[in-house]
Amino acid sequence: MLPKRLQATDLAYYLLLPLVLAFSLYPFAYAIATSFKQGSALFSSDFWPKSWSAANYVAVFAEQPFGQNLLNSVLVAGGVVLLSLTVSLLAAYALGRVQFRGRGVLMMTILGVSMFPQVAILSGLFELISWLGLYDSLWALVLSDLIFTLPFTVWVLVTFMRELPRELEEAALMDGAGVLTVIFRIFLPLLWPAVAATSLLAFIAAWNEFLFALTFTLSGEQRTVPVAIALISGASSYELPWGNIMAASVIVTVPLIVLVLIFQRQIVSGLTAGAVKG
Amino acid sequence: MSSPTLTATLPAGGALSSLQRSRQRMAWLLVLPSLLVLLAIAGLPLARTFFLSLTDAQLSDLSARQFVGLANYIGDAGVLADPQWWQAVRNTLWFALLSVSLETVFGLGVALMLNHPSPLKALLRAAVLVPWAIPTVVSAKMWTWMLHDQFGVINAMLLSAGLIDAPLAWTADPDLAFTTIVLVDVWKTTPFMALLILAALQMVPGDCYEAARVDGVPTWSVFVNITLPLITPAVLVAMIFRTLDALRVFDLIYVMTSNSRTTKSMSVYVREQLIDFQLAGYGSAAATLLFLLIALITLCYMALARRRMEGH
Repeated sequence: MLPKRLQATDLAYYLLLPLVLAFSLYPFAYAIATSFKQGSALFSSDFWPKSWSAANYVAVFAEQPFGQNLLNSVLVAGGVVLLSLTVSLLAAYALGRVQFRGRGVLMMTILGVSMFPQVAILSGLFELISWLGLYDSLWALVLSDLIFTLPFTVWVLVTFMRELPRELEEAALMDGAGVLTVIFRIFLPLLWPAVAATSLLAFIAAWNEFLFALTFTLSGEQRTVPVAIALISGASSYELPWGNIMAASVIVTVPLIVLVLIFQRQIVSGLTAGAVKG
Repeated sequence: MSSPTLTATLPAGGALSSLQRSRQRMAWLLVLPSLLVLLAIAGLPLARTFFLSLTDAQLSDLSARQFVGLANYIGDAGVLADPQWWQAVRNTLWFALLSVSLETVFGLGVALMLNHPSPLKALLRAAVLVPWAIPTVVSAKMWTWMLHDQFGVINAMLLSAGLIDAPLAWTADPDLAFTTIVLVDVWKTTPFMALLILAALQMVPGDCYEAARVDGVPTWSVFVNITLPLITPAVLVAMIFRTLDALRVFDLIYVMTSNSRTTKSMSVYVREQLIDFQLAGYGSAAATLLFLLIALITLCYMALARRRMEGH
């Protein structure tokens, strides 16, 4: 038989479990339920729709360029991840595996940039983007999102790079392999779980980014999904089309939740490498 | 890294071999792309923002500007003389303090549950990840809908449970809006805290618990005397990360209560001046102040972290 004190914690656990599950899951479940409601059913507080209707999903795409917005988000987040990873793998190799002067200062600088309040450089960045002629284009977002993804990917990849065995690298260098070969042909395949987690976290960060996307785009066709959802409006500000808003929310969130659940182990290790070991 | 000469940083052996020298050169070459990118998109705009803060530039035409010195800061119409700015500073600090404290407490609770052996462990972890995976804008919209004063499900629930007599205007009532914002943030970010604390919990060696169990130490006492001291450093780091994150809060407040003075954060204030009012000079001054404040807090943290690392 189990000791008595274990039973007390078990009791607390099973009392709290349904509460935590409900708090975590109910809001999104309610959003999904709302997204299938139509007309006056929207304004009743019943959980399940009396009749299921996909009209909100049709309306989201019909009333604004939401397909284009989704594509924009995929392009921006994908581009940001690709650029960050390529550049930061190089830096992470140097910072993680080579002892050189200034290494500590560099790591601290990069960490500092990752804690940067993005709004603090908004006017300077606005000037830079106008000067480059990128205002109201997706490139403006790719460029500005690097501010927070690049320091993050460098920092996380350094922690993982450090743990790879030294013999592997030495053997390759002895055989005359260049440093790029070591990074991309030898280390990258070994690092793939870390790279997958880092990419996914960077992708999510860029996918969710709101401030830059709101500020540096103007036309509906250039918006990313968070901005598109935030700016969905009705005939007046008192008549927001909640059904459409919830349908759009479900569309952008379900892929994220699926990805996060598939990669949950890697994500947890990526998050903790980025924070706890810092 | 503070050594005066290059050779002093090397392990015993004295002069640099040519191999080491070329390896160090290569290291700098590899770091260079990242550095250049960060310099161009963060360093340069930061410097330009500071420069613009000393001018009366308008966003619509940044080149037509005159140097006004520190007038945007300390002038009669400067940021420091604007009560709305100070309100935004207070809001932001309170927001960070309240949300991070609540997230830590709840996060610790959820982490302990995630660490508890149970057949439902996988389900709990998956469920807890859901709020974290939801974009902030979506979470803000979702909660705005659930907290709608007329049609919101939260009011309906509270009314039918008899907890309130009349529907509450969660986001419109100035007395309630701030609390609402904090609670929605806590809902969304507690999982992050829980995951970081869970990682710390899992690093506590199992034999600590084993020994305590053999000696018959009560569970509560084990938690307070063994677990808590061992996870405190990691929890502090997580709290600092979250604080810096909370200090720049924007999305949630912009979407849920963009016009309310009682919830406006520093980031919302800066963007309003800069974009909505087109005041590039004045807005840049506010942005610079925000940067200085957060930089100060970051530097304090780094000093603390360094001392902690050297202590070990």
